[in-house]
Amino acid sequence: MNAYRILLAGNPNVGKSTVFNALTGLKQHTGNWSGKTVDLACGTFCCDGVSVTVTDLPGTYSVISNSAEEEIARNAILFEPSDLVLVVADATCLARNLNLLLQIREIAPSVALCVNLMDEAERKGIAVDLAQLEQALRIPVIGISAHRKRDLSRLKHWLTHLLPDMPMSDPSPPFFYPKPIEDAMVRLASYLPPSDFSERVLPLKALDNPAIAAQLLDALSIGNRERCAFLSAVQTERDALSAQGISPVHLRDMVVESIVATSNRIAAAHTRVRTPASHTYKWDKILTSRRFGILIMLGFLGLLLWITVCGANLPSQLLFSLFEGFTPYLSAFWNFLHLPPFFASLLTDGVYHTVSWVTAVMLPPMAIFFPLFTLLEDLGFLPRLAFNMDRCFCSAGTCGKQALTMCMGLGCNAVGVTGCRIFSSERERLAAMITNCFIPCNGRFSMLITLSSLFLGTALLPSAQSLVSALFILCFILIGTAVTLGVTKLFTLCFFREDPVGFSLELPPFRKPKIGETLLCSLVDRTVKILVRAIRVSAPAGAVIWLMANITVCGESILQLCAGFLDPFARLMGMDGIILLAFLLALPANEIVLPIILMGYLSVGTFTDMASTAAIGSLLTQNGWDIGTAVCVMLFSLLHFPCGTTLLTLYKESGSIRWMFLGFLIPTACAVLVCMICNGIFSLLV
Amino acid sequence: MPVTLASTSLGERVYIHCLTATGTMRRRLLDLGFTPGNSIVPLYRSPLGDPTAYAVMGTVIALRRADAETVLVVPHQEEARS
Repeated sequence: MNAYRILLAGNPNVGKSTVFNALTGLKQHTGNWSGKTVDLACGTFCCDGVSVTVTDLPGTYSVISNSAEEEIARNAILFEPSDLVLVVADATCLARNLNLLLQIREIAPSVALCVNLMDEAERKGIAVDLAQLEQALRIPVIGISAHRKRDLSRLKHWLTHLLPDMPMSDPSPPFFYPKPIEDAMVRLASYLPPSDFSERVLPLKALDNPAIAAQLLDALSIGNRERCAFLSAVQTERDALSAQGISPVHLRDMVVESIVATSNRIAAAHTRVRTPASHTYKWDKILTSRRFGILIMLGFLGLLLWITVCGANLPSQLLFSLFEGFTPYLSAFWNFLHLPPFFASLLTDGVYHTVSWVTAVMLPPMAIFFPLFTLLEDLGFLPRLAFNMDRCFCSAGTCGKQALTMCMGLGCNAVGVTGCRIFSSERERLAAMITNCFIPCNGRFSMLITLSSLFLGTALLPSAQSLVSALFILCFILIGTAVTLGVTKLFTLCFFREDPVGFSLELPPFRKPKIGETLLCSLVDRTVKILVRAIRVSAPAGAVIWLMANITVCGESILQLCAGFLDPFARLMGMDGIILLAFLLALPANEIVLPIILMGYLSVGTFTDMASTAAIGSLLTQNGWDIGTAVCVMLFSLLHFPCGTTLLTLYKESGSIRWMFLGFLIPTACAVLVCMICNGIFSLLV
Repeated sequence: MPVTLASTSLGERVYIHCLTATGTMRRRLLDLGFTPGNSIVPLYRSPLGDPTAYAVMGTVIALRRADAETVLVVPHQEEARS
């Protein structure tokens, strides 16, 4: 069977991920905002006896590098071996999409265009002439509506017929750069071996970006002497252009201007607008209005939290009793295997209990909150949040896009850190990466919900328990946001003092989310995957903590010794040694903090019946917890160091151990400081 | 006489005359459709006063005041490309 590789490129928000999912049968979540796809996803499909591997590039407006994700897309196109770059475009704003297509056509040997959202364009009265477009661009073109199954199978067949005898795109370009640049390119091309493709891209890149040209030369395996001759000619041409007033920055601007002008011309010539758009932007005006904008956003988040708190309680109880009811069978099974009591206890009290608590505490809130949040995301809520919040982030030295990476952090901080590639400036990117952990990821989120409903909701206003706990969680998220802003401000002041860079953000049209599909996808993909990870980490952690609690040195268990050592310091922060130890031991995954605390208390106490959330509450109260302790623990959990995975991601993304250490130290310092102050206030009050 | 995009009022259709920004922001604006001759309508502002959302080339793009000041616009299409 013939195997081919294609790269999928396109502007943000044109349905690229929908096309990718439909082609490969994968379920990558598609969000209605730019920056959703930050990592290169890869999948394969077979059709008509041809196997095609598809790589989904991040959505970008350009590949003439302005941000980390554009660089990723450009490098993939230039250096990853592929048979075709398929550019997905939005039929409703073709001109802007053709800009990216023409940029890619300049650097990729074979390109095809897939015009998506044809039906939406039709509804808006826009007609695209695909045949004429194909002629003007001199590449294969197909028009589809990605949510129609029929269109997608048409696309598959089209691709599988196109790929086996895919012609190189016509080497003569559909447009020219200003004369001095074209002349320099022609002169430079004479230093290169004749080839259809590289004789245009290499001189252009050499004039614009010598580092990339050097990499391209490596890939072409050009002899050392020719290489030196070419590079010295490049220097001469660059100097000559500078002498004519075309500096490197100016040159890049001119290149982009030529491409933009061409794409405007082609789009205007081959699309017809029958009825001019009459959009009222009514919902946008309400969501961003001066009076209600912020309130509505808070209201939505509060509502989501309230539904989560209300809904999580019952399934949580059910899971607790289910797991508890299963324990006798487990003991019987160990007996049947003739397991020594030590191992039986290790497996039941250590591994099984930890895993079941993690599941019972984590699963219900996650299974409710995240699908609902995904719905808001699909609707197009997040870009409006970024729009409304930009002013705050601007005064902290970054931009509204940080609200987007924070929302990604709400799912998982490691994903949030990777998501920071959407920033175009290094300063904004590092600041957002280091402060991402101030937003509780789902590992900490469920603990916040449990503690809030156990200690704050019931204690303060039992009649409206869930509402109060939801409000408190909202407060904690706001505290996290405030700390994010403060730390970002300090960070940008300390490390980067350069002038702010420009900011632009697309506000995509609201799209009706496919409710059933989204809920199912989110439940299966996010919830189950995260739960599996939590179980994988908590099972060995349960064993370790049980061993620590049951191996004694000089009459005291290792757990008690460690906790005793940490205790005086922890008391200053309104916690105790066991709690602090739990936070330290939970470095691999934040999900297991609460189970470790419970295990620690159980190993010294006599409390054994753990069949409900309320039982957790009474165990904690027995061990000296009050509202103050709960608030301090929640604050510490909100602000403390990120988990191991996030730290590793931070190292990988920033490329320096220094930022990883700062990413550990800054949050830890914040957590210690805030908890000490909070504890001080509580001890004054009581 | 061209004025900056930041000084236009909401709902008023204008045409882009030229961009005064250079480098990354200039290319970004061009990529997003802020090219001379294109029409542009300021739609709504953020609750905190900045940024402002503009309808340009069939999409909605938010720009801050400082960046909108680098876009020069004119009230009629005929003047835009002069």
